[in-house]
Amino acid sequence: MTIAEKILSTKSGKASVTPGEIVEAYPDLVMSHTATWRSASVMQRIGATKLYDVDRLAIVLDHISPAKTEKYAADQQTSRNFARNHGVTKFYDVDSGIAHLVLMEAGHVVPGDLIVGTDSHCTIYGSLGALGTGIGYTEVASVWITGKLWLKVPESIRIILNGAFPAGVYSKDLMLHLIGKLGADGCGYKSVEFYGGSVSGLSVSERMTMTNLAMEMGVKCAFVPPDEKTAEYLRGRLQDPARYRAELAMADPDAVYERDIDVDISRLEPMVACPHEVENTKPIGEVIGTHIDQVFLGSCANAKYEDLVVAAGILKGRKINPGVRMIITPGSKQIMLEAMNSGVLQTLIESGGLVTNPGCGACAGDGGTLADGEVCLSTANRNFIGRMGSNKSEIYLSSPATLAASAIKGVIADPREFVK
Amino acid sequence: MESVIEGRVYKFGDNINSDIIIPGRYLIYIDRERLGQHAFEMLGEGFPDKLRSFDILVAGRNFGCGSAREQAATAIQGLGIKAVVASSFARTFYRNAINDGLPIVESPELYAAVEEGDRIRIDLEAGKIQFADKEYSFPKMPESVRKILELGGLAEYLKAQLVK
Repeated sequence: MTIAEKILSTKSGKASVTPGEIVEAYPDLVMSHTATWRSASVMQRIGATKLYDVDRLAIVLDHISPAKTEKYAADQQTSRNFARNHGVTKFYDVDSGIAHLVLMEAGHVVPGDLIVGTDSHCTIYGSLGALGTGIGYTEVASVWITGKLWLKVPESIRIILNGAFPAGVYSKDLMLHLIGKLGADGCGYKSVEFYGGSVSGLSVSERMTMTNLAMEMGVKCAFVPPDEKTAEYLRGRLQDPARYRAELAMADPDAVYERDIDVDISRLEPMVACPHEVENTKPIGEVIGTHIDQVFLGSCANAKYEDLVVAAGILKGRKINPGVRMIITPGSKQIMLEAMNSGVLQTLIESGGLVTNPGCGACAGDGGTLADGEVCLSTANRNFIGRMGSNKSEIYLSSPATLAASAIKGVIADPREFVK
Repeated sequence: MESVIEGRVYKFGDNINSDIIIPGRYLIYIDRERLGQHAFEMLGEGFPDKLRSFDILVAGRNFGCGSAREQAATAIQGLGIKAVVASSFARTFYRNAINDGLPIVESPELYAAVEEGDRIRIDLEAGKIQFADKEYSFPKMPESVRKILELGGLAEYLKAQLVK
């Protein structure tokens, strides 16, 4: 069985499953973010009061944090009251950061877990070998109550990576390359597994970017099979270290794949996704000099500590172009603290950046709103029309390195000039 | 839910994402009425009102891609749209539509055949769409999933289970 088949068979109590089969699976974790109040309202509306297992709930208030209107405040109050009344221990308030990053940092995600949540980028949990996939708020309420949901077993695709990234090229560029090549539904409804000689050298942070961005080619879930780096990341984070069982997220040698996609990552260049679809990607050379008004270093795709370090490495001792505003939204409180202690935050601020509180920030429309005609270069995962403000504004997507180089130049720029 | 849906179609292309269907700033609402007022407004002047004179949306590949926001399905219902036919759906939209009681049908053949304003007739029970003098068949949903749709969505389905 493939990794997805293995996890879905385990979680539905079956000896084996095959693609196309529908199973009733019991998730290990149900994540809800700002949408929590909506799921709570569904429970109330249908008169349900009991949860299947409160320990499987995780609630993180990340989009629009802290509240910016009375409506948001009231909704967050509903979410907090729900968590308190039901005794949800995995509750993280507006100070914590982006749900995905917070839950992984806190050791709530281990290889072999099945995790559903109110966010399409739940695919990121595959960076630690867990099957993560998005569902709506009504379905979250349903899993809260019944403990289970129906899931179709997806076919699996292997992406085999060989070589090493050239200087200035990162997993974000790899993913933009793949999304551009395969399209927004190039892996529609599939499970993707990353293999090849390159993978063992990629940090967990790079893997998070890969499994996060995989969503933009339509995957149901994406995995990097657990290895020494996974074990190292989770060491000290797990309340019960015995929960770490890498074999639960390892494909069998005779697993069947729909196809293999081979990529020599040493041949990749920095890539940029142009407005208004992520699949509209171009090599940096074709967009150099494009006007920008704002850059946003944030989101679950690329606002991890390593991402801030990459940007700061380029910005150290330099100033951003006065025509550009640079918004930095660390992915989580832990990331922000680490960046504060190491001096990375100071570098980003001294170079001209505006650092906000951790959370989804401008990617979810919380601050950094774009006016008519404005252009933003963002490290997020979506550049859909109007996502950051006016429907007459434009969003380009890139790696943190391309963002830093562009902030200095005041136009989209090649990071390889700064990274040797 | 009615098993036969008939009416005029509005036609979209590929990759209509859920940010286009309903922008993030309106996710503070969950009711059809208010969401419908802002559905597809990113497409410019005249939207969403233009869509209210149609009954069925037809789209190309990957309809509803992007965010897992359930309100994408709710907003379409808020426009008075009775069903969506697409060449393919993104999986989160597919689930949300079922869970919201919005009938959805996959038919790349129908997408290729119809134009804006054409009248079609969908028979969910029979798994067939009638357009002009041709019939287009589509794969029926698994029985367990169809039950959710028939009861008008997952909340109603859960309510019925709780009463049992």
